[in-house]
Amino acid sequence: MTIVPNTLIGQGLERTEDLRFLTGTGTFVDDYEPAGTLHAAVLRSSVAHGRIIELNKDAALKIPGVHAVLAASDIGTDIPTIPLRLAPLSGFEKYLQPVIAHGKVRYVGEPVAIVLADSRALAEDALEVLDLTIQPLEAVPDWTAAERDAAILFEQNGTNVATRYKANIGDVDAQFRAADYTRKEKFRTHRHTALPMETRGVVAEWDAAAGHLKVSGATKVNFFNRRALAKMLDLPESAIDLLELDVGGGFGVRGEFYPEDFLIPFAARKVGRPVKWIEDRREHLLAINHSREIDCELEIACRRDGTMMALRGKIHGDMGAYIRTNGGVVPAKAAQFLHGPYRLPAIEVEVAAYMTTKTPVGTYRAPGRFEANFFRERLMDMAARDLGVDPVTFRRKNLITEAELPYSIGQLVPYETETQYDSGDYVGAFERCLAEFGYEEKEALAGKHMEGRYHGVAAVPFVESGGAGPRENARMTLGPDGMVTIGMGSSALGQGLETVFAQIAGDALSLPFERFRILHGSTTLVEEGFGTYHSRAVVMGGSAILETAKKLRQAIREAAAIQFGCGAETVTVADGRATASDGRSLSFGAVAAEADSVIMVEATFSNAKRTYSYGAHAAHVAVDDRTGHVEVLDYLAVEDVGRAINPAIVHGQALGALVQGLGGVFLDHLIYDEDAQLLNASLADYLVPTATDFPNVRGVTLELRPSPSNPLGAKGAGEGGIVAVAATIANAIANALSSLGVEPKVLPLTPPVLWRLIQEARQG
Amino acid sequence: MATRTTRFTVNGKQVQVDVEPRTSLADALRRNLKLTGTHIGCEHGACGTCTIIVDGAAIRSCLMLAAQADGTQITTVEGLPRGRGEALGPLAASFRKHHALQCGFCTAGILTTAHALLSEEPDADADRIREVLSGNLCRCTGYVSIIDAVLDARPAYQTQKAAE
Repeated sequence: MTIVPNTLIGQGLERTEDLRFLTGTGTFVDDYEPAGTLHAAVLRSSVAHGRIIELNKDAALKIPGVHAVLAASDIGTDIPTIPLRLAPLSGFEKYLQPVIAHGKVRYVGEPVAIVLADSRALAEDALEVLDLTIQPLEAVPDWTAAERDAAILFEQNGTNVATRYKANIGDVDAQFRAADYTRKEKFRTHRHTALPMETRGVVAEWDAAAGHLKVSGATKVNFFNRRALAKMLDLPESAIDLLELDVGGGFGVRGEFYPEDFLIPFAARKVGRPVKWIEDRREHLLAINHSREIDCELEIACRRDGTMMALRGKIHGDMGAYIRTNGGVVPAKAAQFLHGPYRLPAIEVEVAAYMTTKTPVGTYRAPGRFEANFFRERLMDMAARDLGVDPVTFRRKNLITEAELPYSIGQLVPYETETQYDSGDYVGAFERCLAEFGYEEKEALAGKHMEGRYHGVAAVPFVESGGAGPRENARMTLGPDGMVTIGMGSSALGQGLETVFAQIAGDALSLPFERFRILHGSTTLVEEGFGTYHSRAVVMGGSAILETAKKLRQAIREAAAIQFGCGAETVTVADGRATASDGRSLSFGAVAAEADSVIMVEATFSNAKRTYSYGAHAAHVAVDDRTGHVEVLDYLAVEDVGRAINPAIVHGQALGALVQGLGGVFLDHLIYDEDAQLLNASLADYLVPTATDFPNVRGVTLELRPSPSNPLGAKGAGEGGIVAVAATIANAIANALSSLGVEPKVLPLTPPVLWRLIQEARQG
Repeated sequence: MATRTTRFTVNGKQVQVDVEPRTSLADALRRNLKLTGTHIGCEHGACGTCTIIVDGAAIRSCLMLAAQADGTQITTVEGLPRGRGEALGPLAASFRKHHALQCGFCTAGILTTAHALLSEEPDADADRIREVLSGNLCRCTGYVSIIDAVLDARPAYQTQKAAE
């Protein structure tokens, strides 16, 4: 494919959107409030598993200013369920979440009723006096309890195992039989969540006369969500607009279809007034998708020299109480990405998804990848140590070389076709990381005990998919002022898409950056959009802009030809002007002003192939063996994203992802007790990185190998910074504590956890 | 519930709001005065998103009742100083230059915290800035660019301090 030339692409331009964010003039969902709005609060189950016996609304309805209390019985006899959007593994259709609890509750935080009142405070007053009686049933707090089927979440299904499948490439048994060395270990990544700074919110307005519903606060996958909502409300899709305002972070969790995305529009239609719901932080921690809770049994087979021959393992995914929109992405990707950037003749993996009485699970930045890399790289380090092979040499030996690309990793996921790593220099990126990090120098400190702390280093390569298909759309409208307004099917959740898309469009149309107005996400902008997930906005949306720009040039040429009275093929379009062969020339704005109709074009970019970005992480840590505290002295993430449209934005996202990952290793942890009660549903107790925790982080963005599957050459960016963090940190800690033989296998690595591992190792 | 009238100065303007005793200052600013630049992230003083400046000190507007603000001088993100005709003040411009924000939701609280700090300590070093900003959560940036932006904004505050 030809690569478009760049003048704007590749520049770390200042962001358009920052002007409003820095002056407090952005519009986030809670900043929008139509006249006459009622405020909603959600009554949530305080019991993990139980039967709803009664809900008495009388006292709540007596509070002046409380307008309605809506529960399942007010919605009807047929309660809609939230559809699967991704990863529809067989059996999942029997575990979907109803939009409101009816009959049973299955997790703490499940919506049971909503209150509508004149203010949020009054609605919360009403929650206090709603009298809900639940007969408790036995909780199912983890996957092992789920597997025993002692208490069953969905009695009609007869089991808590929602799905189980095996996938493989190559002859695993033969490889294991032929191996010089095998080792089997158990690993675990722990439940945590993305925690965007803005909680969710929905404002719904029903126009009864027009039969039209407007929903603000939508994001991520608005066209899918509109389809789902239309079906639930029995409205045509054309009767619903989902509008995207400013969004305070997504990271996978925000913008999926949640119960409130039905309940609030339903309530607005029912009472005939605008209804607003803004999630509070406690609700957020109880209600938004959780992620990462995977147990893994993994076995490796190697030759004596460290050549990897096969992996086989089991992935146990705790799905929580319902299968939500993301289906089996988390466990299925944890299985698929066990392959990593390595030459592996055979893999076999068994995946099982279990229903537990906890908040349902969905995707969080690099879903399954963060987990899989931790499992595999930990086991690889143990194997290297057993075989007496240096861990860096071990990885060099097994990395896929450029000559082997494209490299098929088969069909390790049942709902996908075979896929292959596209382009790259995995070895080169790994070497670059080692050099940039100063690995050789730092390695001299490995295992040394200095000033009360053990030092350790590790370096870990990774590969990461992005750019999901099937297609994306863009629409361009040329205004009489010469401005090009671009409507995008992609959603913006804080990544700077208004800037990046204007850079791409500017190069495609040879116009200055300032000539574009980028609108995104809302269902009113294009015929069909696919949204933002799987690092796809630039790959798919950006490529759609190129397609649309071609059409816009042609439309300008044709409109100008009419005005010039000549053939369109004789008109040249360059530098913001259309010029006839005789030298007559009109600015784009003038062409639009004089055209018979609005100059508007829409085009699609279609692509089923994924992009595979890749790179390596390296870390230097110091572990205080008296406290278990770890200081990250240096951390470097190197990633080849094919082409960085705005390197400053890519760099910022890489560092942000990296620090989120460090939080996922050391801090973030949703802690449940044996009754499946969430113990830390507040930001005082749920810890995330602060400015003092991880000051020593660095990132290097490479553009070594453009993606062959899209005209920008871009690969997914924004997730690679988090992919290998658990793997790298845990290996660096193991390296530091190698004299004690400490091998971290379970996240998070909090001071008490590490302190205990150190004590156990010392006591033998 | 009965309301009472509270008067204070916001961004140089005398205002009065009629609020219930339980109304937080954050809600009064956002809902009564429509100053929606101040965002609310947790409502229990943990995230720092709603930070504003009251009588020179950076405080969390979710932890202060509106009634307690009677007679105070308040600065919110909308009122941070900028030169005549300038789109952004020196601190905000530095944030833009360093890409010290992504989603922009925590930004108001970080700007107000940093402004209060540099107004008092225009020579604050990176460690001091990190320490002071450790009460403001940001999920997008990893903080590196934020610290760089605040460091780079110091000369404007140093000049101002020298002029005082």
